[in-house]
Amino acid sequence: MAGVIEVRDLRKTYDDVVAVDGISFEVAEGEIFGMVGPNGAGKTTTIECIEGLRRADSGHARIFGEDPSAKRAAIAERIGIQLQESALPARLRVAEALWLFGSFYKRQADADELLGQLGLIEKKSSAFTKLSGGQKQRLFIALALINLPEVVFLDELTTGLDPQARRAMWDLVRGIREQGRTVFLTTHFMEEAERLCDRVAILDHGRIVALDTPEALIRSLNIDKRLVMTVPEGDLPKLSELPQVSRVERSGDRLVVYGAKDGLASAVINALEDSGVAFEDLRTEQPNLEDVFLALTGREMRE
Amino acid sequence: MRGLRQLTWTNIKLYLRDPIATFFTLAFAPFLVVIFGAMFGNDPNPIFGGQGSMDVSMPAYTALIVGSVGIMGVPITVGALREHGVLRRYRATPMHPLTFIVADITTNLAMALFGTILLVGSGILLYRVKFEGNMLSVLAAILLGGLALLAFGYLIASLAPGARSAQVIGMLVFYPMMFLSGSGMPLEIMPESVQRISTFLPMTYMVRLLRGLWFGESWGEYLVEAAVLLGVFVVCGGLAARFFRWE
Ligand SMILES: Nc1ncnc2c1ncn2[C@@H]1O[C@H](COP(=O)(O)OP(=O)(O)OP(=O)(O)O)[C@@H](O)[C@H]1O
Ligand SMILES: [Mg+2]
Repeated sequence: MAGVIEVRDLRKTYDDVVAVDGISFEVAEGEIFGMVGPNGAGKTTTIECIEGLRRADSGHARIFGEDPSAKRAAIAERIGIQLQESALPARLRVAEALWLFGSFYKRQADADELLGQLGLIEKKSSAFTKLSGGQKQRLFIALALINLPEVVFLDELTTGLDPQARRAMWDLVRGIREQGRTVFLTTHFMEEAERLCDRVAILDHGRIVALDTPEALIRSLNIDKRLVMTVPEGDLPKLSELPQVSRVERSGDRLVVYGAKDGLASAVINALEDSGVAFEDLRTEQPNLEDVFLALTGREMRE
Repeated sequence: MRGLRQLTWTNIKLYLRDPIATFFTLAFAPFLVVIFGAMFGNDPNPIFGGQGSMDVSMPAYTALIVGSVGIMGVPITVGALREHGVLRRYRATPMHPLTFIVADITTNLAMALFGTILLVGSGILLYRVKFEGNMLSVLAAILLGGLALLAFGYLIASLAPGARSAQVIGMLVFYPMMFLSGSGMPLEIMPESVQRISTFLPMTYMVRLLRGLWFGESWGEYLVEAAVLLGVFVVCGGLAARFFRWE
């Protein structure tokens, strides 16, 4: 079986805003597929069209080969959804929420095990409004997994989580994939997409500007590596004349040397040592998805 | 209808955890008996054919309690659930919309019935009010009137743009109805014009039907009232379902 999810020429407009502007892609069974992009890029609109919660203006979305808006109930049974924005009744308690939502499905995961995985055991009898932001978020992820879904949609899964909870969430998501299930997530964190996703679609203004594995995205663009170090005041050798170097930036005692070719570090170090410059704290920075986004759109992800 | 039992049970628990809702349905009833009892007493009065004011008012207060749940309570709770995004979350499950609505109606009817039991209980204890009807018959009338007024409340909830406006509309509809339908005060002591307005209010028909059955009359004598309530239920319920919004 090829694509569990198949999207063709999907378009969605709200009044005069084009939220999704004709996008196409497929998600294979058992992969972690990520969608990244700045605020308003159209991530939520896309994901909710696939979930059957919104109706596209044209084009189509298919999941398990079916139209999600026509077969909502049957499809809802097999997928798990974490919405970017939603709530539970104020006085509903954590354990009750799992019991209640579990009752809507034919298949149910073990609620206590889920609470354990998400670190919510001690909060079992807390009311929804008494939870912290991150705890609410984790509860919603537990609800998305309560029916042992074949495909899990996580819209901004780690927003509001502290670094430790974020890492725990990554492990959880990898665990879902290991069971052969599919994960479709959106995120603002390039690092998260890079570390977690098998493939990433970069969305901007409702269009996919790139889609590939994180490594391939970074490699294909031939983006410059960076060499960062501190240097003393005074003259430097003309590093920009080295064939490996494409650009040099100096501000105060911080020096950044850009270049794509192999041998960048040794060439720069040799040149500096030859002129007797006492540099310190040298490190190389690999290009990341953040740079890919910048290279593709000419803008920073976060302004 | 998977999840119906669980959702209903959860709703009832949530209802009882909400101090304001609980006060309105459960404490409101005995409160009414005490206030109106102090105002009008329960001495036999020729206006009421020799009955006391409290005797004839019991069915009216019942309608008042059911109406407060349906017309004020429903728009507030449904409006808030929608505005906060709770309905969105329910919608992401395979639960059928009807499951949500049936569970909610059951919860509200149960609470209204509970309120009625407290009302009649305190009426009997404090004023020895008379009940001469058939229990099952009266219960059926409470359910019919309850369905009609709840459907009316759901219609407000479906049409109002936000939680606030749903609340305001619910109050604007409920308070006049309380005074003009004969549920707050006997219509017999009201001017002619008020009695005429009352024929346009659904709660009036519930009051009339309940009062008849309460004193042992039969459904046959109240076919018009029953038909009006059924009509309100069907029309408002249909419109509410048609315009129901999850978000
Ligand atoms: N219900 C709506 N009504 C009107 N406009 C909408 C609606 N939902 C989204 N939009 C608009 O569509 C565009 C895409 O929104 P969407 O929520 O899909 O973006 P997103 O990528 O999920 O953004 P974020 O990272 O902020 O969650 C935005 O310009 C937004 O203003
Ligand atoms: Mg979004």
